[in-house]
Amino acid sequence: MPNISSGPRVGLFVTCLADMFRPSVAFATVKLLEQAGCHAEVPKRQTCCGQPAFNSGDRKTTADIARQTIDAFDGYEYVVGPSGSCIGMLHYYPEVFAPSDSYYQRALDLKSRSFEITSFLFDVIGMDSLQEQLQQLQFNHKVTYHDSCSGLRQLGIKQQPRQLLQQVQGVELEEMEEAETCCGFGGTFCVKYPEISNRMVSNKTEFISNTDAHTVLGGDLGCLLNMAGKLKREGKQVEARHIVEVLAGMTDTPAIGEADYDLAQQL
Amino acid sequence: MQINTPFFKQRAHDALADENLQKALGNLKAGFPEKRAIAVSRMPEFEQLRDQGRDLKNHILEHLDLYLEQFERKVIENGGHVHWARTADDANRIILDICKQVDAKTVTKGKSMVTEEIGLNDFLEANGVQPVETDLGEYILQLRHDHPSHIIAPAIHLNLEDVSEAFHANHHREKSMDPAVLMQEAREVLREKFVAADVGITGANFCVAETGSTIIVTNEGNGDLTQTLPKTHVVVTSIEKVVPTLEDMTLFLRLLARSATGQEFSVYNTLSTGPRREGDQDGPENFHVVLVDNGRSEMVGSEFQDMLRCIRCSACMNHCPVYGAVGGHSYGWVYPGPMGSVLTPQMIGIEKGGMLPNASTFCGKCESVCPVKIPLPKLMRHWREDEFEKHLQPKAARYGLAGWAFLAKRPALYKPYTRMASWVMKTWAGKNGRIKKLPLAGGWTDWRDMPAPQGKTFMQAWKEQQKTGEQP
Ligand code: SF4
Repeated sequence: MPNISSGPRVGLFVTCLADMFRPSVAFATVKLLEQAGCHAEVPKRQTCCGQPAFNSGDRKTTADIARQTIDAFDGYEYVVGPSGSCIGMLHYYPEVFAPSDSYYQRALDLKSRSFEITSFLFDVIGMDSLQEQLQQLQFNHKVTYHDSCSGLRQLGIKQQPRQLLQQVQGVELEEMEEAETCCGFGGTFCVKYPEISNRMVSNKTEFISNTDAHTVLGGDLGCLLNMAGKLKREGKQVEARHIVEVLAGMTDTPAIGEADYDLAQQL
Repeated sequence: MQINTPFFKQRAHDALADENLQKALGNLKAGFPEKRAIAVSRMPEFEQLRDQGRDLKNHILEHLDLYLEQFERKVIENGGHVHWARTADDANRIILDICKQVDAKTVTKGKSMVTEEIGLNDFLEANGVQPVETDLGEYILQLRHDHPSHIIAPAIHLNLEDVSEAFHANHHREKSMDPAVLMQEAREVLREKFVAADVGITGANFCVAETGSTIIVTNEGNGDLTQTLPKTHVVVTSIEKVVPTLEDMTLFLRLLARSATGQEFSVYNTLSTGPRREGDQDGPENFHVVLVDNGRSEMVGSEFQDMLRCIRCSACMNHCPVYGAVGGHSYGWVYPGPMGSVLTPQMIGIEKGGMLPNASTFCGKCESVCPVKIPLPKLMRHWREDEFEKHLQPKAARYGLAGWAFLAKRPALYKPYTRMASWVMKTWAGKNGRIKKLPLAGGWTDWRDMPAPQGKTFMQAWKEQQKTGEQP
């Protein structure tokens, strides 16, 4: 049984891509939350953060989904998700409502208690309580870290994942050139402008393979699927993983885009 | 200038395949951002300066009418003339009238984006007045019947061979590939033009209300010759360029040079305050300022007002990965990069300009370097909202979004749907862990593999785990 902790109740924002493509990322997030002394729950009424509607200019759908999400995460002390982009979207919710709307205050409130996972661990929980757990882990690889745009520029995530990572035994971080440059994923951008997106991700994979890294890590599955897909197409040997898999010691799963993995067998 | 914005996608495709252009863009990327970063690191108060710049611009835009009136009054007091041009046509006609008054055959021009915007060169030529661009980059473009692809490095898309050829064909001198020789050649040819010109036309980086002065900021000095040698000087500028005082101007000059080229200050900062006075050594006999509106007053008070803070430094395009991939000509009209993606639809209409605000990943880099903190991604999103409301997006995108929205608003349907989608992709991938060709996702799999889902959705696996009490 997962330990039922007396710590804060945290609502897990699963994110669509973790839900559909890589449940192990959401499980790793739960594990980290519980190790940090939180009680993690998964509200059933959640779907997507609404970013596809928001960035397509569909204000009404964005507001509908924002209301649904605000309701779903009512009452949790914190809302945490494994994505700077989706949590960043929750932070846009106050912009979606007029200040007179009854959801406006609730949107502000949700914003104040929602965090991307590495920022939650580092900024809210604090390194002191995590260090011991992390130092017991082993990941004997040279890694490089891609800073995803929303996490970096909207939520100020830069040092948090690096600091956490440095605690893990064996991890050697080698920074790539232009770690802060967009990988070209951009939600629907990669489908609307595939050729430009391709140029951007090609630049990225070049910078990645210019390092000696065995693994490229990141905090957003969108970017990771994009980079992993390009690395595979180019036949490059670099693995791609979400950072929580390393921090939770769940790296026995095949990396993103690597050979078959059947979650059912693992359960 | 012809509007090619609707062909953005095709032009971007061509640009991606153009090796020379890609090399030039690589140089640009390596140059300006690095220089800016160094200049900014040398100035700890740069962030505060950006806030001040933003606040001051907002204040100006709140009182735009007052400052413009004050500026007009001062120019007239100084002996100059002020002309108000509501549209591009109005502006062109006003400028042509001034040229006709002095019977002008040729005019020299300093670099000015707003004259590109109104299509001044073509208009003057069609009406018997020959314009000569004097900024080296602009001059090369004029010889090649080309247009700028960048706002401060207009000919960034060309290489040395292009320049050499253009000079050889037009100057009828021996062909050279030595930049120093080419530079000297341009100097000699242009010198004659400066002396012969009847009218000099420049833009203005700022218009100072307090003194009635306009200022141009350059690194070549050609602007000085353009505005001091001919008998008549015409400043063509747009209404949002006004600043209250000389001191305010210096705030923007500090932001501008660092953001644009990483210089502490531009090489030439030249102020013009009215025509030549008695005892003056030089300067024009007639001084005109043409204040161009061309859609800007409509932006005041609208959701696009923030865009009027732009001081045309080009930092947003220098740092934009999309601009860096496709170059300025892909944008198909005067203003490229993120600032162009907001401004262009305002000026040519969202129907023709809609491609641009969509061609962004919203990575936010542009906003993070903009010296006056224009929320460029947010403004691009406003355009997408406008498009959405007018049903201008392609049908496939609209139906796709509607279908997704229907599910996303119904958690009970969303879950089985994601389960199914995940299962289909997983099955399609087989044992590979990735998909090489995915129907309906050609845009993705044409260029990269699609990593396969792990199997069950998280929601499904979580539910089962909660029931059985097992650990994953
Ligand atoms: S939008 Fe900002 S960064 Fe871009 S040109 Fe204007 S002032 Fe410079």
